[in-house]
Amino acid sequence: MANKRIDEPTGTETVGHEWDGIEELNTPLPRWWLWTFYLTIIFSIGYVIAYPAWPMIDRATVGMLNWSSRGELAKDMSAADQARATVREQLARIPIERLPEESGLMQQAVAGGAAAFRVNCVQCHGSGAAGSQELGYPNLNDDDWLWGGDLKAIEYTLVHGIRQAGDDETRMSVMPPFEGAFDTAQLDALVDHVLSLSGKAETNATGARIYADNCAACHGPAGGGDRAQGAPTLNDAIWLRGSSREAIKRQILQPRMGMMPKWEGRLDPVTIKMLAAYVHSLGGGEDFVEVAENPEAEVDEQP
Amino acid sequence: MNNPNERKPGDDRDWSVVVEDGVAKTNEPVSSAVAEPEAATRRHEPHEPARTHLPEKLYEKRAVVHNKRIDGPFRRFKWLVMVVTLAIYYITPWIRWDRGPYAPDQAVLVDLANRRFYMFGIEIWPHEFYFVAGLLIMAGIGLFLITSAVGRAWCGYACPQTVWTDLFQHIDRLFDGDRNARHRLDKAPWTFGKILRRGSKWTVYLFIGLITGGAWILYFADAPTLLRDFFAGEAAPVAYGTVAVLTLTTVTLGGFMREQVCVYMCPWPRIQTAMMDEQSLLVTYKDWRGEPRGSIKKAQKNPGAFGDCIDCQQCVQVCPTGIDIREGPQIGCITCALCIDACDRVMKDIGRPRGLIDYATLEDCEREAAGGEPKSPWRTLFRPRTLVYLMIWGGIGGAMLFALGVRSHTDLTVAPDRNPPFMLLSDGSVRNAYTLKLRNMESRPRDMEIAIEGLPGAVMWTENVNRRDAAPTQTVNVPADLVRQVRAYVAVPAGTPSQEFSFRVTSLDEQRESDVVQTRFDAPESE
Ligand code: SF4
Ligand code: SF4
Repeated sequence: MANKRIDEPTGTETVGHEWDGIEELNTPLPRWWLWTFYLTIIFSIGYVIAYPAWPMIDRATVGMLNWSSRGELAKDMSAADQARATVREQLARIPIERLPEESGLMQQAVAGGAAAFRVNCVQCHGSGAAGSQELGYPNLNDDDWLWGGDLKAIEYTLVHGIRQAGDDETRMSVMPPFEGAFDTAQLDALVDHVLSLSGKAETNATGARIYADNCAACHGPAGGGDRAQGAPTLNDAIWLRGSSREAIKRQILQPRMGMMPKWEGRLDPVTIKMLAAYVHSLGGGEDFVEVAENPEAEVDEQP
Repeated sequence: MNNPNERKPGDDRDWSVVVEDGVAKTNEPVSSAVAEPEAATRRHEPHEPARTHLPEKLYEKRAVVHNKRIDGPFRRFKWLVMVVTLAIYYITPWIRWDRGPYAPDQAVLVDLANRRFYMFGIEIWPHEFYFVAGLLIMAGIGLFLITSAVGRAWCGYACPQTVWTDLFQHIDRLFDGDRNARHRLDKAPWTFGKILRRGSKWTVYLFIGLITGGAWILYFADAPTLLRDFFAGEAAPVAYGTVAVLTLTTVTLGGFMREQVCVYMCPWPRIQTAMMDEQSLLVTYKDWRGEPRGSIKKAQKNPGAFGDCIDCQQCVQVCPTGIDIREGPQIGCITCALCIDACDRVMKDIGRPRGLIDYATLEDCEREAAGGEPKSPWRTLFRPRTLVYLMIWGGIGGAMLFALGVRSHTDLTVAPDRNPPFMLLSDGSVRNAYTLKLRNMESRPRDMEIAIEGLPGAVMWTENVNRRDAAPTQTVNVPADLVRQVRAYVAVPAGTPSQEFSFRVTSLDEQRESDVVQTRFDAPESE
C-alpha cells in the first residue's frame, strides 16, 4: 500500500510501493521534459492542420497540404505508366525482326506478353501454354508449329487469326473429309502408313499408294507437313489430336480444324508484338531462316 | 506547474535524526565505515544538509554544468580516445579500397541501393545479414565485458554522447573561458559583447553539427561524389534531410542537453547498474580515508580528527555531469575519472597520498577500509566472469571470421517449371524447363559452367543458346557481383523415366567453386 516517505540519501519521496524491499523513488521530471511535451502538442496541432487527421463519415479531413496516401499512390502509378509508355513507344517503333537484338526490350516485351497472355489466351491454350490434346488447342511450348514458329510468323497468326471469316489474310486451309472414300481395309492400310512415317507401325504398299494419291500434296511425301497451309507434320512425335488409330481414323474421315480469333482490332499492335515475343520465348521459338528483306522500310512507318 | 510543498502544518517530526530499522541515523556527514568498518552496505552516507525542510518537487530545474579544466593522466587518455574516435568517424568514408572495376572503391560503404555492405575486404549480401547481427551481438557482449571489468568505461570515454559533449565543452572553454567565467557570462546581461560571443560560439556548434551529419551520409554513397553533389544541390533529398536532422540532434544533444541525456534519456546507465558487481572497477571516493572532511586549517588545529578530504570541491567542479562523487556511486557518474585527476592533484599539493578518489572495486574498498591490502588490478580484471564474457565474445568473433573465410562465392538455386511439368518434342524427346539463379559474389564477371549430373543422355540449352547447340553442359557469363537468371531447357531421349538429378554449377576460374542442387525431371508415364 501507499506508504510514502522521504528517502534520506537522495532527499526524494518514494512512490510508496515496495517489492521485496526495493522501493521506487518518485524522482522529479526534468523541466525540459515538460517543455518537450508541450512542443509535441504544438507539433500535433500543426500536423492536424497540415495533414488529413479527423475521420469524417466517408473520408478524413483534408489537410492544408492536400496530401493523401491515395494521391501518393496515383503519383507513383502515373510515374510507372510513364515508364511503361516509353517501353511501348520503343516497341511500336522496332520491327519485330529486330527485337531479339535488343535484349533489354525483348525482356520487357516477354514480361508484358506474359501478362497479356494470361488475360487473352489462357482460356484455350492453358495457363502454362500447354494447350489441350482433347480439344485440339496446340501446345505453344514445343517445337512443332503448324503455321511457323519464328517471331514474324507468330505475330502474323496473332494479327490475322486462323480460319477467320472476314479477313482476307487469315491463315486458311481446309482438309477435305474422306468419309466414304476408302473401305475399312484401305483405311487401315492408310493409318498404318501414316503411323509408319514416325516409325510407329510397318508400312505397306496399299497405304503408301493411297497416301501418295490423296495426302502427299499437302502433308508432303514423307509427312513433313507444309506450314504455308498449316498442314501438320505427320512424321514427328507430336499429335495434336491424338496418335491412336481411332483418333487418326476419325481425323481422316471427319477432319477437325482449329480456329483462332484474329486479334487485330481487339488488341493494339504493341500488345500483339509482346504476345508474339512471349510465345516465342516459351522454349520452342524458332530463328528466322533469313532476316526479312527490308526492315528499315517499316521503321519509318511510325516515326 | 508548481511544486507543492508537501510539508503539512503540524508535522513536527525531527528530520535531522532518522530512525531506520531501529537504528538512529543522523544526517550529519559521517561514514559508517569509520564508525563500523564491517558494515559495508551502509558505507555511503550522504554528505548533505539535514533534510528537515526539503519540499517535494514535481519538476526538477536543470543545474547548469560548467566543468573546470583539468589535466592529468585520465584527461590525457580521454583526449586520446576523443581524437581517435572522431578521426575514425570523420575519416573512414574517405579511405579507398581497390575492389577492381566492378565494385565501389570505398573501404566502408553501406550501399543500400544495390543492397551490399562493404567493409574493407569483406562484402556482405542481404542474405548474409546474420554477419551484421553477429557484429551487433558482439558489440553487446563487448559492452557486458567492459562493464563487468571496468564499469561504465564506455560512458566515460567512448560513447558518442560523451565524446561530443566533451568537444562542445572545450568549445565553451575556448570562447567563454573556464568554469567561473562561464558562470559569470551566463548571468551577465545581453550586451553586444555577449551576443557576439554567443553568436560565434553557436556558429561553431552548428558547424560541428553540420560536419557530423555530413560525415554520416558519406557512409552510404561514394564520398567524393556525394560531397560534390551535396554542395552542387544535386544530392538526393533524403541526404539533405538526414544531414539536417543529424545537425539538429548533434547541436541539441551535444551542445545543450549534455549530461541530461545520460541522466534521463539513455537506457544504458540503467542496464549497466544491473551488470556491475562487487568486483567491477568503479570511480570511488574512499570515504573511510576522507571522512570526516575538514580544511587544512581545521586539521592542523585538531590533528587526527579529520580525514584526508579537505572539502575543496575540486572533484565536483571538474565533473562533466556536475555531480559529487563523494555521495557514492550514482547514475549521473559516467566514470570519466576526471575527478581522480583533480583529487590526485590536490593530494599532491597538500602532500597526502594520491587515490582518495580512485578506480576501485567494492570488494577492495571493504578490504582496504578494514586495513587490508587491495588486490592487484590484473587479478581484478581477469576473474571468471570477465573471462567467460571474453570467451563468448571471442568465440562469436572467431566463428564469424571462420564462416567469412570459408563461404562460397558461387551459389545456385533451381526452380523447375510446374506448368506444364514436361513437354514432348517433335522428335519424341522430352523437355523440362528450369529457372536457375547463379549467384556470383566476386567483384568480377565470371564464366560458370552448368552441368547436368545423374540424368543419362540429357542435353541442355538456354534462352540464349539455340537448341542446335544443346549439350550436357553450358557455360554462361555471370556479371560481377550479381545474380544471373538462366532459363535452362533439359531434354532427354524418348523413354527416359521421371527421376531425380542435379545441376552443378562450377566457376571457371582458379577457385573452381561449385554448388550442387538436386531437382526432379518429369516425363510422361510410359505406355
Ligand atoms: S549514459 Fe548513455 S549517453 Fe551517457 S555516456 Fe553513458 S551510454 Fe553515453
Ligand atoms: S564523478 Fe568523477 S568519474 Fe563520475 S562523471 Fe564526475 S568526474 Fe567523471
